[in-house]
Amino acid sequence: MSAHADTHAHDDHGHHHKETFVTKYIFSQDHKMIAKQYLITGTIMGVIGVLMSIMFRMQIAWPEEPNVLFEALLGKWAPEGVMDADIYLALVTIHGTIMVFFVLTAGLSGTFSNLLIPLQIGARDMASGFLNMVSYWLFFLSSVVMIISLFVEAGPAAAGWTIYPPLSALPMAQGGSGMGMTLWLVSMAIFIASSLLGSLNYIVTVINLRTKGMSMTRLPLTIWAFFVTAIIGVVSFPVLLSAALLLIMDRSFGTSFFLSDIFIQGEVLHYQGGSPVLFEHLFWFLGHPEVYIVLLPALGITSEIIATNSRKPIFGYRAMVMSILAIAFLSTIVWGHHMFISGMNPFLGSVFTFTTLLIAIPSAVKAFNYITTLWKGNLQMNPAMLFSIGLVSTFITGGLTGIILGDSALDINVHDTYFVVAHFHLVMGISALYGMFAGIYHWFPKMFGRMLNKNLGYLHFWVTAICAYGVFFPMHFIGMAGLPRRYYTNSNFPLFDDTANANVVITIFAIVGGIFQLVFLWNFFYSIFYGKRTVQNPWRSNTLEWTAPIEHMHGNWPGEIPHVHRWAYDYSKPGHDEDFVPQNVPLYDGEEELQH
Amino acid sequence: MTAFLTIIIVIFIAVAIWQMVKIFDLAQVGASNDQVATDKDNKINGYLMMGFLVFIYAITIASFWYLGDLPLMSNSASEHGPQLDNLMIISMVIIFIVQTFTQFLLHYFAYKYKGEKGRKALFYADNNTLEAIWTFIPVIVLAGLIIYGLFTWTSIMNIDESEDPLVVELYAQQFNWKARYAGDDNVLGMANVRLIDNDRANILGLDESDPNAQDDVITTELHLPVGRPVLFKMRSQDVLHSAYMPHFRAQMNCVPGMITQFGFTPTVTTADMRKNPDIIEKVENINAIRTKNRKEIEAKGTQEVIYEFDYLLLCNKICGKSHYNMQMKIIVETQEEYDAWIKEQKTFKNSLTNN
Repeated sequence: MSAHADTHAHDDHGHHHKETFVTKYIFSQDHKMIAKQYLITGTIMGVIGVLMSIMFRMQIAWPEEPNVLFEALLGKWAPEGVMDADIYLALVTIHGTIMVFFVLTAGLSGTFSNLLIPLQIGARDMASGFLNMVSYWLFFLSSVVMIISLFVEAGPAAAGWTIYPPLSALPMAQGGSGMGMTLWLVSMAIFIASSLLGSLNYIVTVINLRTKGMSMTRLPLTIWAFFVTAIIGVVSFPVLLSAALLLIMDRSFGTSFFLSDIFIQGEVLHYQGGSPVLFEHLFWFLGHPEVYIVLLPALGITSEIIATNSRKPIFGYRAMVMSILAIAFLSTIVWGHHMFISGMNPFLGSVFTFTTLLIAIPSAVKAFNYITTLWKGNLQMNPAMLFSIGLVSTFITGGLTGIILGDSALDINVHDTYFVVAHFHLVMGISALYGMFAGIYHWFPKMFGRMLNKNLGYLHFWVTAICAYGVFFPMHFIGMAGLPRRYYTNSNFPLFDDTANANVVITIFAIVGGIFQLVFLWNFFYSIFYGKRTVQNPWRSNTLEWTAPIEHMHGNWPGEIPHVHRWAYDYSKPGHDEDFVPQNVPLYDGEEELQH
Repeated sequence: MTAFLTIIIVIFIAVAIWQMVKIFDLAQVGASNDQVATDKDNKINGYLMMGFLVFIYAITIASFWYLGDLPLMSNSASEHGPQLDNLMIISMVIIFIVQTFTQFLLHYFAYKYKGEKGRKALFYADNNTLEAIWTFIPVIVLAGLIIYGLFTWTSIMNIDESEDPLVVELYAQQFNWKARYAGDDNVLGMANVRLIDNDRANILGLDESDPNAQDDVITTELHLPVGRPVLFKMRSQDVLHSAYMPHFRAQMNCVPGMITQFGFTPTVTTADMRKNPDIIEKVENINAIRTKNRKEIEAKGTQEVIYEFDYLLLCNKICGKSHYNMQMKIIVETQEEYDAWIKEQKTFKNSLTNN
C-alpha cells in the first residue's frame, strides 16, 4: 500500500519493507499482531481449560457414572465411560495450570499489554520487537509442550497446580508424576522465560518510549496496571523458575532439596535433609503475586472502560495508582497465608495474617472508587461496560471472603475446602476473566477494525454473570460444611451426602455457563471476518490508541506521533462541547489541567 | 442416563443459541450501522442490573435456606472451637453487611445513571474526604479483626505442655491413617521411616531399642478421652497429607521429614454429640437422602445405608489416586471407656513378629 510508504520513514524498529505472509502473520514483530497471536492462543487454551472443568464438575455431580463425553474425550482414562480417579486429579491440575498461566497471565496480560502499551503511551512499537516476538513464540512452545503432556502414557501431571513435592517428585507416588510432570516442568520453564521477556519489554517501553507530554501522572490506569504487573512478574517469576529447576534436580539427579525420609511402595528412598515446606515457600513467593499478575491488568482495563462508558473521570486517579502500587508491594509479602497449616512456625502465621489483611485496604479503595465513578455518570451500557461492572461485583463478593481465609485462625478450618475454591475463583478467576472479556469487547475494533455484535455480547454477559454466581456462590456453603477440594467423589463420606444436590446444581450452572461461551466464540471469530466495520473512535474515548488509523500499520501513526496535553480522563469536562477530550487535544486558553 | 441427559441438554442449548443468533441477525437488518449501545440498550441493561442485584440477594437467601446449617460454625467439639466459631460469625456478619451494601450501590448506580443522549455526566474527579473515609473504615474494622484473629491463633497454636496432654502420633501414608499412643510413660518412642521393617510388623519405623517405644500402641481408630488435652505429633511416610478434623476445628499438614503438631481438648463425646438436636436433624436429613439412594448404596456394598454420626479425620492435601477415601474414625469417650479400650490394644513390643 502506497499510503504506508511515507510512514516507513518514521519507523526505526527494523521494519521489513516487503512483508511476506510469514513476517506479517507468523514471525511478526509488530505489537498489534503479537497481541492478536496471544489472544487467539490464549482463547484456544481457555477452551481446553473450561472443557476440563466441565468434565470434572460432571464427575463431582454424578460420581462414577458413565458419561459419553468422558468416553469420547478421555479414551482409556474412562473405561466404559467412567472417569478414572487419576485422570480426575490430572484434569483438576491442568485446568488450574492452563487457566492461571496460559489464559489469565499470557492470554490477558500478553494480549492487552502488547496491544495497549505502545498505542496508549504513543510509541511506534515495543522497545524490542524481536524480544516481543521471541516472547510470544516461547509462550506458544510452552502451550504446545503442555498439550503434549496430556497424551503421555502414564498420564499428565496430577499433583494439583501447586505441584507440591513429594507427590510431584516421585513417579511411584502417582502416575502423573512421571513423564507428565517432567513435561509440565519443562513447559513452565519455557513459559517463565516467555513471561520474563515480555515483562522486561513492557517495563522498558513504558519507561522510555512515552510520547511528548505523556508524564507518568498522565498515564491511563491500564498502563499503570500493566507496568506494575510486569514489575511483579520480573520479581517473582524467577523464583518459581528456581523452584522448578530444583524440583527437576530432585526428580532426575537425586538431590534432596525438597525431599527427606521417604518410604514408599515398600522401599526407603535415599533422600535426606530436604523439606517440602521450602518448596511451598518458593512456589507461593510466585504463587501469590501471580494472583495480582492476573488481576491487576483486569482492574486496569476495568478502570479505563468504566471511566469511558460512565463519561466521567475515574474517581481518585491518584488513589487508584497508589492502591495498585500498594497491592503490588503487599502481594510480595503475603505468600505465607497459603501455608498457615503447612507446619511452619505459627509466629510466621501471625505475621502473614497481618500483611494479608492489609491488602483489603487498597482493594476496598479500588472498589469504592469504581462505584463512585458510576455515581452521576451517563452510563453507556456496552458489553465491555457490563463485564467491567460484573468484575467489580465478583471482586467484592470474592474479595470479602479473603478476610476469612487470610485470618490464620479461621483458615485452620476452611483451608483446602470448597470455600477456598469459591473464593479464588470469584476474586481472581471470574474477575480476571471478566476483565479479559471487557477488554476484548472494548478493543476488538482496535484489533480487527470491526465491531463485535453487541446483542450477542449482552446475551454472553448475562448468562455468564448468572452462571458464575450460580457456580461459585453456593460453593462457599459447601466449603463451610467442611467438604475438601480435589476429592474424586464424596460418596465415601455419608457426612457430606446433604451437599450432593447442591453439587448437581453447581454443575448444571457450570455446563450452561460453559456452553454459552460458544456465543462469545462464535461472535469473536465471525466478527473478525464479517463484523460491522468500525469508526475510528467508536466509544468516544480519550486515550491515544483511538487517534491511530483503523487500518493497522507499522509504527501506528502516519506522520508524527501525537503529543499529549492532558490526562486520559477528561470526560464531560465543563467548558467543552463534547463529553470527551482526547489526550492529544491542547488545553484551550485559560483551561486548567486537573492536578493529581 | 446421565450421559443421555447431558447430551439432550447440550443439544437443546445449541439449538437455543442457534435460534437466538438467527433472531439477532434478523433484528439487525435496517438497524443503525454501529454496535455501540443506544439509549434503549442502556435502559434494558440498567433494569437488568437491578434484576441482577435481586438475583444476588436471592441466591444468597437460597444458599442459606438449603445449605445454611453450616456445621463449621456451630456445634464444635473442642475447647477452642466456640472461640473460633465466634470469630467466624463476626467475620461473616461483617462480610454480609458490606456485601449487601456495596452490591446495592454498584447495581443501583448502574441502573440509576444509565445513559441518555444529551445528558452530561458530573465532572467529579476527586474527593479526599471521601477517600479518607473508605480508607479508614476498613483500617479500623480490619485492625479489630486482625487483633481478635491473632489472639485466637496464638491461643490455639500455643500448646501448654504443663497440662500433661495425652500425646498421640498421627501417621499418614498413601492412603490411610494410623494413630500411635505414647503408652503409660506418655512419651513417644523414637521413629524414622528408615527403620520400617514390614517383616517384623514394625510398620511405623519405631526404634526397637528405644525403651520409650516399647509401650507405644498403634491403632487404626482414634480414641480420645473427653476433657483431656491431646497433643498430636504428625508424621508422613511418603507425600504431604493433611490431618483435617473439622468437628474439632483442627487441621495440620503431615510433612515427610519433619514432625508437625497440633493440640486441642475434645469437649463432647461421640455419644453426646449424637444426641445433639442439630446433629440429629442433620443425620435424619442425610438418611432420608440415603434411603432414597438405597439401591445404589447396596449395589456398591461398601457402606451401610443408614448413617450414624461419627467424628472423622480426613486427608485434606492432595496425595494421589485414593486421596478421596483417606479417612479415620475418631471416637471421643469418657476416661473410663478410653482406659478400657487402650488396655485391649497390643503394645508395640508385643505386636512385633519374629521376636
